[in-house]
Amino acid sequence: MSKPSYTRPLDMKNGRVEMSYGSGGRAMAQLIAELFAKAFDNPYLAQGNDGALLPSATGRLVMSTDSHVVSPLFFAGGDIGCLSVHGTINDVAMMGATPLYLSAAFILEEGFPLTDLKRIVVSMAQAAREAGVPIVTGDTKVVEQGKGDGVFITTTGVGVVRDGITLSGDLAQPGDKILLSGAIGDHGMAVLSQREGLSFDAPIISDTAALHGLVAAMLDSGACLRVLRDPTRGGLATTLNEIASQSGVGMLLQEAAIAVNQPVEAACEFLGLDPLYVANEGKLVAICAAEDAAHLLKVMRAHPLAADAAIIGEVREDAHGFVQMTTKLGGRRIVDWLAGEQLPRIC
Amino acid sequence: MKYVDEFRDGELAKNIAANIACKADPQRVYRLMEFCGGHTHAISRYGLADLLPASVHLIHGPGCPVCVLPIGRVDQAIRLATEHGVILCTYADTLRVPASNNLTLMRAKAAGADVRMIYSTQDALKIAQAYPARQVVFLAIGFETTTPPTAVAIRQAQAAGLKNFSILCNHVLTPAAMHAILAVEGGVALDGFIGPAHVSTVIGSQPYEVFARDYAKPVVIAGFEPLDVMQAILMLIRQINEGRAEVENEFTRAVTRDGNIKAQALVAEVFELRDSFEWRGLGSVPHSALKLRKEFSEFDAELKFAAEYIAVPDHKACECAAILRGQKSPQQCKIFGTVCTPENPVGSCMVSSEGACAAHYSYGRFRETTR
Repeated sequence: MSKPSYTRPLDMKNGRVEMSYGSGGRAMAQLIAELFAKAFDNPYLAQGNDGALLPSATGRLVMSTDSHVVSPLFFAGGDIGCLSVHGTINDVAMMGATPLYLSAAFILEEGFPLTDLKRIVVSMAQAAREAGVPIVTGDTKVVEQGKGDGVFITTTGVGVVRDGITLSGDLAQPGDKILLSGAIGDHGMAVLSQREGLSFDAPIISDTAALHGLVAAMLDSGACLRVLRDPTRGGLATTLNEIASQSGVGMLLQEAAIAVNQPVEAACEFLGLDPLYVANEGKLVAICAAEDAAHLLKVMRAHPLAADAAIIGEVREDAHGFVQMTTKLGGRRIVDWLAGEQLPRIC
Repeated sequence: MKYVDEFRDGELAKNIAANIACKADPQRVYRLMEFCGGHTHAISRYGLADLLPASVHLIHGPGCPVCVLPIGRVDQAIRLATEHGVILCTYADTLRVPASNNLTLMRAKAAGADVRMIYSTQDALKIAQAYPARQVVFLAIGFETTTPPTAVAIRQAQAAGLKNFSILCNHVLTPAAMHAILAVEGGVALDGFIGPAHVSTVIGSQPYEVFARDYAKPVVIAGFEPLDVMQAILMLIRQINEGRAEVENEFTRAVTRDGNIKAQALVAEVFELRDSFEWRGLGSVPHSALKLRKEFSEFDAELKFAAEYIAVPDHKACECAAILRGQKSPQQCKIFGTVCTPENPVGSCMVSSEGACAAHYSYGRFRETTR
């Protein structure tokens, strides 16, 4: 009589990623079954095929993808796992879409502790569950030690936009108002201060969050929204320059209206950084018709993720496409594109 | 933020601006040079030009450490990294300073050289300790503010018996550069200086007294916050109106007449004057820079690797030299904003946000279009 088949479970406590986990063999199947499928658990993933077969959806489709290479992998307020879920959900949401599904691809470095991988995967699963957006398909590859940085995660999101909604970076018009959902620079400085071993009386916590709920409330407000964008890498300054360039307009901001939390301001001061260029992972910029701005602001402030929302400026005609700002001192300056690299890897 | 917001207050700025407008004689011109890049940055970052009357002309000075670093010095560092295989450590902006053959330290790094950005000299020492089999060179740049930390590192390296650590010393001296600017025949016409902030915390206000006495130029030492700069401008205008030329100290919260004696002693113990040093823009200036004393020569990368300094002329179209001397403004340079931008700097003034060109490009270039 043959023995019943038995596979020793993965040692999640002391085990490490091995090359075989990416080889397509039994070891990989075991990693998927014991870690990914268990954590992400949903009927589409459970189909166990090369791709997920999804039900038909109504509306125009939106698709977005984002790779995450943040270092350190764990930071105050989050980790690469939840960040990779929020980041892609937000990109889909900024199109005015309801995010429906996510895919996740992992590049793991040989030797990466399984306990850390589990922590990341559990965090992803929780973020996806809270957002109501399942991870329906995925992939895992392993690279030799020294050829990765622990773990890289690429997520892709699919969503649908209902009829009548068209948001695009080229729709800003002179006279429109620019709204910002809250204080800037939290994510970038949380990551950087952790990396540099800086500590502050009030710790800096990443703002990483899924914004599709806020976006839904904004779309339901009836305000004439033209552009939504999340100011991630390159910060608020870069996002506004992108929009100005796409729309062929200029902007005038009021520095006093742009909130920066005090520890972030202090950390930026200390490191010689400008919070306008520091990444956010739970904030959005909205551009809407001037007459709807006050109403939209009210709706945003009623949402927990935008309690500190503010109108920070307006779109203007400008052949040069300059984003300008009236400083707190009363002078004017350009808020330019980020030149070079302000920060190491942050998302 | 405490101790910062007070010096960025819009209402106070309006008061000082009104005061300046009232004191400044519209019939004359006040040509004031802010020596330091820190001031250049504050002026541009806060748009202070909008708060000043037309009679006040701010002239950007050479006090930006990476701006005055000549091509040959960056070449020397790149050669150490590529030909001698050292781990080359330096402060951030230095990585982007243009060198010969279209190289920068950043590009040398991309091509395989081991170049590392550090935040302090302590990071460089840690790297030397972590890689005992490799030679680690710290490209030391900057004025009197960054010199004491280098001196500390040298003493620590000596105490720890580190054999794989050395520095490529490019520390320069502020008063020497001010002399060079004023001594140029037919040079820039100036009515006064906004004196350095951080440099003065180290050297004190006394070294500027010669400029008031011998050159009859008023100097007001000012902090790097926008209100400091505004207040210093007001103080300079008062002096000029009254025909005075004195050293005044706006930055009393950090600067004394004697400065930081302990830091000065430390620097004097480790460094001595170079006979001459080539600056970008100012050319060879006697006694304007430091080198390691004989007792510390084992930490001198120039001796250790027999790294010769070879002078290289600037790009022909680049006006950095005239801009650093205060003789031209960035917009007067033909390649400003076209060939030379912060993404692709041709001259060193376009590299750091403290450089006159980068500050004007990043914060103020809308002014030409609205004029």
